[in-house]
This record gives sequence, C-alpha cells and structure tokens, in this order.
Amino acid sequence: MDQEKPRAHHDMGGIAKFMCEPVDIEPHGLTEFDKTVDAIRQILGAKKIMSTDELRRAIEAIPEDQYLRLSYYRKWIRSITDNLLAKGVFTEAELRAALEEP
Amino acid sequence: MSNILETDGEQLLQAVLGLLAKKGIASPLDIQAQIASTDNATPGQGARMVAKAWTDPDYRALMLEDGTKAAEALDIPMRGMPPLGVMENTSDTHNLIVCTLCSCYPRAVLGYPPFWYKSAGYRARAVRDPRGLLAEWKTVIAPEVKIRVVDSTADYRWMVLPMRPAGTEGWSEAQLAAIVREGDMVGVTVPSV
Amino acid sequence: MILTPGTAIRVKDDWPEAKGPVHIRTPHYLRGRPGRIVRHLGDFPNPEDLAFARPAAKRPLYHVAFSKDVLFDGQGTTDELLVEIFGHWLEAA
Repeated sequence: MDQEKPRAHHDMGGIAKFMCEPVDIEPHGLTEFDKTVDAIRQILGAKKIMSTDELRRAIEAIPEDQYLRLSYYRKWIRSITDNLLAKGVFTEAELRAALEEP
Repeated sequence: MSNILETDGEQLLQAVLGLLAKKGIASPLDIQAQIASTDNATPGQGARMVAKAWTDPDYRALMLEDGTKAAEALDIPMRGMPPLGVMENTSDTHNLIVCTLCSCYPRAVLGYPPFWYKSAGYRARAVRDPRGLLAEWKTVIAPEVKIRVVDSTADYRWMVLPMRPAGTEGWSEAQLAAIVREGDMVGVTVPSV
Repeated sequence: MILTPGTAIRVKDDWPEAKGPVHIRTPHYLRGRPGRIVRHLGDFPNPEDLAFARPAAKRPLYHVAFSKDVLFDGQGTTDELLVEIFGHWLEAA
C-alpha cells in the first residue's frame, strides 16, 4: 500500500516505514523559541492573516528529508514565513534586510 | 524563495518578529501576552472536567453531548477554539486519540501537545498497531476490550473521558482531578490509584 | 442531503496529491475503503480551499467508523477507527 499510491509524506497513518519506530514518551518542555512561534501562529490566526489550513499546507510543502529532520516549531516558523511572504505581509527584500540586522 | 526559507529557524524567528512589530501586527508585548494565556491551558483543565464527570451524571451527559459547553461550564476559555468532542472509555471500549496528518490536539483543555503526540512513530503506529503502541506506556488493554482509534483529521478536537478507577469511592472532585494525567485523556494510559 | 447514522459508505479512491499542490484532510489509508456513518458533526468550511485562501463553502463533516481488520488485514480484531471525513469524500458503498 505504501509504495503504489502517491501518499504525501506528512500523511503518516499506518505507514510501514515507522512501524518499528520507538516513541519517546518522556516529557519535553517547550523552549522560548517554541512558545514564541506558537504565539505568532495564534495571533496571525486571530487576526485572520493566516488560517490553520494555510499553516498546514506550507508545512506539508516542506521536502520530506527536511520535514523529518526539522523540529516541530522549526517547521512552523518556516511555514509562517512562507505564508507571510506569499501574502505580501512583507517582501523577500524586507526579510533579507531583517535577517542581516545584528 | 526556497533558499531564504531554509534559513535557520532561530534567525527566521527573530527576523519575522521584527517585521511583525514594524508592520503593527504583533508587538513583543502581544507575543508575551499570548504566551501567558496559552500557558494557562494545561492538562489540569481537562482533569477538572473528568473529575466532575465522575461525580456528576448530568455533567457527564453534557460533556459527552457537547465538550465545548462542558468546558465553558467550568470557566475554561473556549472562544475561538475548535469544537471539543469527548470519547468515553467504557468496560468494552477504550479510546485512543491521534492525528496522523499533523498534530490536532484539544489544546484548550490539555495545553500544548506533548512531544510524543507529534512524533512520526506515534502518528504512524496508532492507527495500525494501537496495542503495540500502548506498550510503550506499559498500558495493556484486555483483548476483549475494543480499541477505538480516533484519527483527529478535521475541525473537532477530541479528548478521552477515562473510566474512574476502583479505590476512589467517596473522593472529592479535587482528589479525583489530581490523579488524572495528560495521557489518560489521550488514551495512552489509564488512571490508577 | 445529510447522511444518517449507520449508512454504509466508501471513501473515494481519489489521489489529488498526484496532480499538483493540494491540502487534503482525508488520510491515505482510508481511500477506497468501506465504512459506516456514525454521526454528522456539523458543516465546516472546506479545508481544501481554506489552505489556499480561496472562498471556502461549508461542507458536511461526518464521524465515520472503519473496521481495523478491513483496513490493515487484521486477524479478526474488533478494534475500529473513527475519523472525521468531509461528505465530498464519501460515496455510496
């Protein structure tokens, strides 16, 4: 089933690749980075700037190797940035300039 | 475009924070206030609901009928939150919640989703091998008890109303709430005393 | 028309992922599989449009039960799956 159909890589239910993957059940507290990204997402949602499904779509667009490697909130900030650029909330030039600020 | 998105997340975050402040969309104070309000949502909220459902049959009925109303009845903020649905564990059915597509989680009543809930192993295994998955928590569901795996794919968020453990007769709501853990309300563990 | 509890359905065996950028909330492991309507959960804007900031019409959302045995070649287990599926992904069994 896994190989024949064009499953998207985020669509993980039941796939053979992870059937033997152990689950780390220990608690991991969120970092300040994590909480800040989460808060941005909530504010953008409340202001109708970016919907949950837009966030998800741009997460799903991250190539598989990076999707599996990046932490949860690193995927989020990437999706948020992708969406805000696409919506023209800021331009790529503005983002580059902001990245170069000390 | 793709190159700039591959910038390290910490750097992206600082740049985006600066731009959101400059554009008047979110100030640092707005962000701090949002974090503070999010930190108020913890598994303790869901545990209060469970404890009340164990002691008040009318509340239990409300909770199963409309989780959002049941949460609001305990002053848990639900405005702007997705509708909350509640799946009841019984002597013949045990519920396990997963989101195979991303990480949908009843945040209003349980807080941030735990690390394991978002992991590839959990998302993949829950639907296909729930009993093997539960062994990670040393949770054993009797073979004659049906496991119902709830894949949270759309607009609802789902929590489990676990069974009240034996040995808690006569306990107060506060005492009961104290034994209900995050995992009990997702279905990876069951409450015990 | 709203499907009533107990109605036998089948999830469409569609794979829009193969045709271009999409956002779909119907898991791959249910496509083409038979299930049973448990409950109409309400009507919600179609996430497939919301994801692209397109006007999103409300669509009926159902809780649909599936036999784990049927989905994953089980060996007589009574375990089941319960999944939110939008009506436009369902067809008569």
